[in-house]
Amino acid sequence: MSAVDTEVHPEPAAGGNVGMGTQYLEVRGLTVDFDGFKAVTDVDLTLFQGDLRFLIGPNGAGKTTVIDAITGLVSGTGSVSKSGVELLGKKVHQIARRGVGRTFQTASVFEQLTVLQNLDIAAGAGRSVLTLLRRRSGVLPAIEEALEITGLADLADKPAGVLAHGQKQWLEIGMLLVQNADVLLLDEPVAGMSHEEREETGNLLRRIGGERTVVVVEHDMDFMRAFATSVTVLARGQVIAEGSVAEVQANPRVQEVYLGTAAAGTEGVPDELKEES
Amino acid sequence: MKQLIGRWQTWAGFGVGAIVLFGLAPAILSDFRLGLFAKFLCFAIVAVGIGLAWGRGGMLVLGQGVFFGLGGYIMGMHLKISDAALTDQDVPDFMQIAGVRELPGYWQPFASPVVTLVAIVVIPTGIAALLGFGVFKRRVKGAYFAILSQALAAALAILLIGQTSVGGSNGLTNFRTFFGFSLKDPVNKQMLYFIAAGVLLLSVAVARQLMQSRYGELLVAVRDGEERVRFLGYDPANIKVVAYVVAALFASIAGALFAPIVGFIAPSQVGILPSIAFLIGVAIGGRTTLLGPVLGAIGVAWAQTLLSERFPSEWTYAQGLLFIVVVGFFPAGLAGLGVFLRRRRKGRPDPQADPVPLPDPDPEPEKAGANA
Repeated sequence: MSAVDTEVHPEPAAGGNVGMGTQYLEVRGLTVDFDGFKAVTDVDLTLFQGDLRFLIGPNGAGKTTVIDAITGLVSGTGSVSKSGVELLGKKVHQIARRGVGRTFQTASVFEQLTVLQNLDIAAGAGRSVLTLLRRRSGVLPAIEEALEITGLADLADKPAGVLAHGQKQWLEIGMLLVQNADVLLLDEPVAGMSHEEREETGNLLRRIGGERTVVVVEHDMDFMRAFATSVTVLARGQVIAEGSVAEVQANPRVQEVYLGTAAAGTEGVPDELKEES
Repeated sequence: MKQLIGRWQTWAGFGVGAIVLFGLAPAILSDFRLGLFAKFLCFAIVAVGIGLAWGRGGMLVLGQGVFFGLGGYIMGMHLKISDAALTDQDVPDFMQIAGVRELPGYWQPFASPVVTLVAIVVIPTGIAALLGFGVFKRRVKGAYFAILSQALAAALAILLIGQTSVGGSNGLTNFRTFFGFSLKDPVNKQMLYFIAAGVLLLSVAVARQLMQSRYGELLVAVRDGEERVRFLGYDPANIKVVAYVVAALFASIAGALFAPIVGFIAPSQVGILPSIAFLIGVAIGGRTTLLGPVLGAIGVAWAQTLLSERFPSEWTYAQGLLFIVVVGFFPAGLAGLGVFLRRRRKGRPDPQADPVPLPDPDPEPEKAGANA
């Protein structure tokens, strides 16, 4: 991954770096009911552009379900609005077209297609029939940029199936970038990555997070401490704490959920926080 | 430069195809064999569509007999009406025998050649579009879609058998003329062959353009990760419907050519068995490739004709065995085998080395949205 100077891009900051002026995602009273089992109850989240928000919590806390509900994969009640447009009740592809993109726990790129083809498809949801029926010619500037920023430029013509695990996740993030998503919901992007890959992923998120709203579901507490600008803690489907990393770690309810060890600093993070399904 | 060579190769490929179909085949084949070959070309046209829908789109179309039959019956009705008109009869011969004196209402539009040709295109594609939207929007896929399309073929065959006004289980037979040309004349038979050959080249060209376009890439993406495509802002149903409709169109045109070439169209060309037979050639040839389905369909049909003349019952078993072996061990078909051998020859001097795993064109289980 190439080092890109961060001065060009505004750094992510807690509470966002541009205020309410631009894009934001507002979740109010989100409840997801699976046949009587409430996976998520009354969740409120407010995310501004430039915030690198981490969503943490023990297994089964409902983190992924929140993302599923926002992206239309499961139906929920309450309200999810992006810059004033209600998303709840819309279909998955309609929500995606509104600029909400997501990745999955297991990288799901199109393995038979090349990196370039993957990105080209991600960039093309708004294409006309005529454009679709023609051959791809040349590389869109947005795709070049995404190849650079994710460090995959040299691999552009390789089938995505041969990429290393970390590269697949970067490709997924690149696809979100060319998709023109300004709300990025990343479900465990560093799971299964080596230490170096985590570093690079974190730096990548830093680079892209300044101009977008990024939500990261994560179990890796070191990774969270290193890169989060704000944190929301979920437990049993409810938000139990929200704030900066330090605030959340100092919160007694969070300590209780994490068996009193999360506040202890870098050491003593229970194993269960590091690995999950 | 690379693209230029690619383009040159394409034209060369089409040129060779044209020389074989328009020059070589009529020169070396007897009139009888050429007629058979024309029939095989009809199957090949169906196969091109199946290759697109199944190989590239992952839709196991087990009921292409429906569209083949629709095209064939529409053409057949027109041919019967014009044959009757030549002898100043109001109704075709088989209706006279049945004592019918007036042409049924739904036959009447097909007295017009223009309406017939338009209907061959519009009716099957319209049905495929309606069906496709209904099915794909509801996210019916995989085996459920295959069973549904097969049930449709069975239903249409049963419906046709019960309709005496389209000849019941005999179907429509004994065509004498084709748009005014006598079908007894070998020259006109050759003309029909040339039409089939031209349509085949055209359908291959259309399929090639679709496969190489952005749409083709998208179709493969839908095949391999339908849910993932949704999260990129596409509705996969629309993408699948296009491939399904194109496959239906090819099948319908093939059916419409089959009727005059072979001289009949019957429920036996519509039901489950012929629908599966269409698939066998595609699977053996290599369903994800452009030419695999064409060569596979022609090869299987040719082998069937040659071998079933000598070993009528054994051939059925051989065909079934071939199908099982190919689907089980060479999912990419003979085309995949070619790639496999070429790769071995090129990059692997050591014959003991593990075989290169073939790219598996099977749609992988949905990775995205596992809890959907």
